Amino acid sequence: MSDYLIMNPLNFPILSTAIFVPLVGALILLMVRNDKVVKGIAFTTGITNFLISLLLYVYFDPSTHLFQFGEFARWIPTYNINYILGIDGITIFLILLTTILAPMCVLCSWTAIESRVKEFMFCILIMESAMVGVFCALDFILFYIFWEAMLIPMYLLIAVWGGPNKDYASIKFFIYTLFGSVFLLVAIIAIYLATGSFNIPNAMFKDYSFNFQFWVFLAFAIAFAIKVPMFPFHTWLPAAHTEAPTAGSVFLASVLLKMGTYGFLRFCLPVTPKASLFFAPYMLVLSVIAIIYGGFICLSQTDMKKLIAYSSVAHMGFATLGIFSLTLFGLQGALLQMLNHGVTTGALFLCVGIVYERTHSREIYDNAGLGKIMPIYVGFFGLFSISSFAFPGTNNFVGELYILIGTFAHHKVVGFFAVVGAVLAAAYMLKLLKQIIWGREDKRPIKDMNIREIAYLIPLAVLVLWMGLFPAPFVHTIEKTITHLTSQMQVFFP
Amino acid sequence: MRGFIMTILPELYMLFFSIVFLFLSVGKRKADMFTWAKVLSLVGLVITLVSINGRGNLFYGAYRVDLFSQVFKAVFIYGFVFVIFMLGRKNEIEEGYLAEYFMFLGFSTLGLMMLVSSVELISIAISLEISSYSLYVIVPLRKGQTKIQLEAAMKYLFFGAISSGIMIYGMSYLYGMTQSTFLSRIIFVLPKFLDQPIGILAIILTLAGFFFKLSLFPFHFWAPDIYEGASNTTTTFIATVPKVAAAALLIRIVTMASSADPAFVSILIVLAALSMTFGNIVGLVQKDIKRLLGYSGIAHAGYLIMGILAMSRDGNAAAIYYMVVYLFMNLGVFYVVLLLSKSGENISLNDLSGLARRAPLLAFTLAVSAFSLAGIPPTGGFTGKLFLFTSAFKAGHLTIVIIGAVNTVISIFYYLNLVRMSYSKEAVTTEPISLSIHEKALCYVLIFLVLYLGVMPFGLMQLFRMAV
Repeated sequence: MSDYLIMNPLNFPILSTAIFVPLVGALILLMVRNDKVVKGIAFTTGITNFLISLLLYVYFDPSTHLFQFGEFARWIPTYNINYILGIDGITIFLILLTTILAPMCVLCSWTAIESRVKEFMFCILIMESAMVGVFCALDFILFYIFWEAMLIPMYLLIAVWGGPNKDYASIKFFIYTLFGSVFLLVAIIAIYLATGSFNIPNAMFKDYSFNFQFWVFLAFAIAFAIKVPMFPFHTWLPAAHTEAPTAGSVFLASVLLKMGTYGFLRFCLPVTPKASLFFAPYMLVLSVIAIIYGGFICLSQTDMKKLIAYSSVAHMGFATLGIFSLTLFGLQGALLQMLNHGVTTGALFLCVGIVYERTHSREIYDNAGLGKIMPIYVGFFGLFSISSFAFPGTNNFVGELYILIGTFAHHKVVGFFAVVGAVLAAAYMLKLLKQIIWGREDKRPIKDMNIREIAYLIPLAVLVLWMGLFPAPFVHTIEKTITHLTSQMQVFFP
Repeated sequence: MRGFIMTILPELYMLFFSIVFLFLSVGKRKADMFTWAKVLSLVGLVITLVSINGRGNLFYGAYRVDLFSQVFKAVFIYGFVFVIFMLGRKNEIEEGYLAEYFMFLGFSTLGLMMLVSSVELISIAISLEISSYSLYVIVPLRKGQTKIQLEAAMKYLFFGAISSGIMIYGMSYLYGMTQSTFLSRIIFVLPKFLDQPIGILAIILTLAGFFFKLSLFPFHFWAPDIYEGASNTTTTFIATVPKVAAAALLIRIVTMASSADPAFVSILIVLAALSMTFGNIVGLVQKDIKRLLGYSGIAHAGYLIMGILAMSRDGNAAAIYYMVVYLFMNLGVFYVVLLLSKSGENISLNDLSGLARRAPLLAFTLAVSAFSLAGIPPTGGFTGKLFLFTSAFKAGHLTIVIIGAVNTVISIFYYLNLVRMSYSKEAVTTEPISLSIHEKALCYVLIFLVLYLGVMPFGLMQLFRMAV
């Protein structure tokens, strides 16, 4: 039916299903009174949706750059707004990441959330719906609706179930993000007026004037840079991460931050290639600042959650570095880094949640010296920590390696500073790890992890090692899309 | 004759409605006014919806019944029915005045219905006054006489009278230039004068009456005080239904200037920008929810103008759509205020604390309406704003689109405050608020409508495009 969309090979609308299963689950929750049943339904919904999205991976055709599993329906014909869904190599793993994390978020809140369990699970499922929707949407308005719809449940997760400073953190998160989004909306309308539709693939690789690209890029970049968050728009992140409940932090770190880099990959590069080239040096500098600055701030943190939050700033700096190196390796690395960061940082936040439930403190000192008390926990924590500073054999190593290769190709100085940042990462993560394992001698009555907690960390641990030791399937799946993206962009470069 | 009656059946019915209550008010036996009002207003809703296809030119062409007017009449009657149904608790209006209260509400709606059908300057002025005078009377009817509602009533009367005066002054210019009071004739002759200051001046002055109803800057002074002083129900009505009518007339009159020179559009842009910026910035510091909504109304008048200044079919349709959404999202917030206020007193932000625990449904209604007012998807407020922004942008007015976008961010502070108070502040009193079945049902209906308008705008949008 169109040149960018391969229609769905399955005989049911799989992407719509993946979007709306959590929503239906959430609505069912509203009719249930018993908290146990609520958790059960939420978990079942999450797992069901994960299995559905696994089908996407099974039937995904890595030999094409076109959007697959396409769905098309007219929505608001007056404004040429349509309901278009489709995924490509960029989004397939992001969707899988979202759907695998959702049941984990339900599990990690099993005992941590005691009040208003129903509303909590409702928010989690609505979040999942909106996040999958963002990655599937191929219509600007549809995308924008999902993009903004995430704000409300995320705001509530922080504002209702958050830590002591939740009021400040939730408002700051909301207003920062909304500020970016309104410019995104203006840019979307500008593109609509230029192309006559809100169709995303149709807007790509058109020969817009440089002036147009310049302003559209800026409007896009503000929205996405806030979401990533890039230096100097990162100040909402530590507050929001620290105050959010564990499940909220996991969603924030693993999926919401990816929306920013996803936005750069999906909108900035294809829609405004000339402006991207023009702004690339500035974005590279901001990325490097984020890497180094994030690293130094991490060195001085005493709060585990804050430390991991700032480390996110640094890691996402690598992702944007890869994107704006505008090389094949850089882009692939950025996408891998997004996934790696989603897995690793999500896992680290889950780990913090686990000790927090036992000690009710996020201070490193209060949680120090767990080596003898919680051996299983420390095992997992150790794995995720070394993966976080890109130890060879873990997932982050692959991503950062690709990014550094891509960066050194054209920008030696930038690459040099990025390597310094990578060393800093090792410094602060090892410091944290040392404290957590050997930091204190005294025995405390803390129980080790239970089966439920092990159950949700194991899949992430497997992913860390799998993506680190055998990344070929991942690279293979995303390769075609990224190659197409870079080759199309070359056309616009002088 | 029969056809004549059928065409203006909604108006006749509203007249009948008011007369019924006129008789009820003089009667000795105090009937159950609420039930009467609910039943009769529902009949009115049915009648108005049935006559949506009415067409006709009456009274020597001074009164036109077309899709445009009928759609608006339907919107008014919806607002009217909702307000009547919201007034369920006997804590708002002195019981002795209840019949009169309904009577004047009916008269006011009648005036608005006549207003959207009027296509002649004198009929417009008369219809507007029928509607306004009824409102002047009901503003002081609030249980527990204090000075505040009397002050509000006086202010409303004075500001209303002055803006009516300005409007009629403007109309006299229109008449002077075109030798006619019929809009159809004026549209024909006026373009010759539009490149002269007098043409622009005449239109702007004529619009003043509607700017007043809409509480657009600089005709906004009354809004916060009247919102605060009038009883909660009265405010609900004043804040919603007359504004929709004002929007309708703005569209009718501005189409006269469709070939206007840029000066006219520039004036509208400046008014819109000032209105939204002023409303939102002052809204930030409000503590009383009704006052807050007063300033929010000023800001929304600015957003509305964005659709009108596009001077296109899409722009007008977008403006109507936004007004419909505005009606329902405001009703949502006001309904929460009404239900929270035990003895008809005003509700401040602090009274909201812990609402999510005391009455989850109310908190949710408030949250949906507030997010809609702020323009967050998937609510109607977003979709309406999207249409407005798009049509203004299409007409080349990027500046006002950016000002509107920035204003959205400013306004989120105080809309979010409503949600924040009810969700993340602990309650002072924790006693749950009990809601009756029909109060719950009304909440669900409002939530549904706001979300429906957000996700499924196509049918209505199509209708409005046909209407303008």
